Amino acid sequence: MRPRSYFEATARQRIDGILDAGSFVELMPPTERVVSPHLSVFDLPVAFDDGAIVGRGALDGRPVLLSAQEGGFMGGSVGEVHGAKLVGLLDRARSERPAAVLMLIESGGVRLQEANAGLIAVSEIMRAILAARSAGIAVVAAIGGAFGCFGGMGIAAACCDAIVMSEEGRLGLSGPEVIETAHGVEEFDSRDRALVWRTVGGKHRFLLGDCAMLVDGDVPSFRAALIELVGAVAPMTLESIEREHEMLSRRLEAFGTSNDGHDIWRKLGWPDPEKIPLMPTDVFLAQARVPT
Amino acid sequence: MEHLEYQFAGGRTLNDAQPRIVGVVASGNLEVLIEPMALDGKCAIDIRTPARGFAEVWEAVVADFFARHPFANVRVSINDNGASPATVALRLDQAAQEYAGAAMKAQHQ
Repeated sequence: MRPRSYFEATARQRIDGILDAGSFVELMPPTERVVSPHLSVFDLPVAFDDGAIVGRGALDGRPVLLSAQEGGFMGGSVGEVHGAKLVGLLDRARSERPAAVLMLIESGGVRLQEANAGLIAVSEIMRAILAARSAGIAVVAAIGGAFGCFGGMGIAAACCDAIVMSEEGRLGLSGPEVIETAHGVEEFDSRDRALVWRTVGGKHRFLLGDCAMLVDGDVPSFRAALIELVGAVAPMTLESIEREHEMLSRRLEAFGTSNDGHDIWRKLGWPDPEKIPLMPTDVFLAQARVPT
Repeated sequence: MEHLEYQFAGGRTLNDAQPRIVGVVASGNLEVLIEPMALDGKCAIDIRTPARGFAEVWEAVVADFFARHPFANVRVSINDNGASPATVALRLDQAAQEYAGAAMKAQHQ
């Protein structure tokens, strides 16, 4: 049997496959019915977990806290309850001191129906991620769902120690549809899938150094990568932040005038950048050089 | 949103049952939360749906469900997002299977 697709799995199926079997204990489970207080105003259905599942479990024998966002429910969007669950989990990490907090992110960002509460929640999530890291807790994100990781959650992901992505995963600030709506189809055609993926897709993010690992889009590959990353994360220090800023300055200098992923890949030394999207992950990784 | 409630009697109680949730409140889909509860032997089904005016269809689907899975002392809560009757029936069967499976596993431990 083929391993379960991370892309197609629900948030709960991902948790089952990522953590050690039977180790997950959910906090604020659906039976508590802590649902969005805002959606009924719009006559919209609620979900008993508000699209965010949080809890504790074991990853390869090590204790972890974990969150998983369900893209199927309102695009994994961050509403008031949804956001509070993520913040509460990250805050808990500072007293519980697990080996890591794993964030299985799938989100278009703030839930527009809960605009202000959602915006505040996103800023609280970012603050909570950095507070956990300052306290020496590794925060590792996984991105590989159909809805990608955009908006406020795109910023939150960038606040983590490390990110693992699949090629299908997408990471960005404004999503493709948002850019097209704001700047026109001539600027960015959100239906041009090749363009979308060479702008925000996993391979491009890996080549830029935005994600630490690129894996095949199945659940066991994500689990193996998370085990590796949790063991490899170095503590956040002033020096590590300065190194990251230097890397970003070099990137801006090298690619600031590039208009397309193809241009960047060519500058990175790929003779045939058009072939990158068709390469199997292992072939791609064998040839990829990542900026440090 | 429309709120519908149905109750059925004459089922049997599963020992050591644990709450289970299946499905996602995605478009054309639904979530089903099934949990043990002391309800004087009743099976209570609670539905919230944005599609108004389909009470007769819901009644037929949940009555069929209870005929297939006559649980007692069970609360079934549904958050619907416009699922078709066939999808609802399949989700209910999935919930029943997981509920009964978990109860059997607990008894064997």
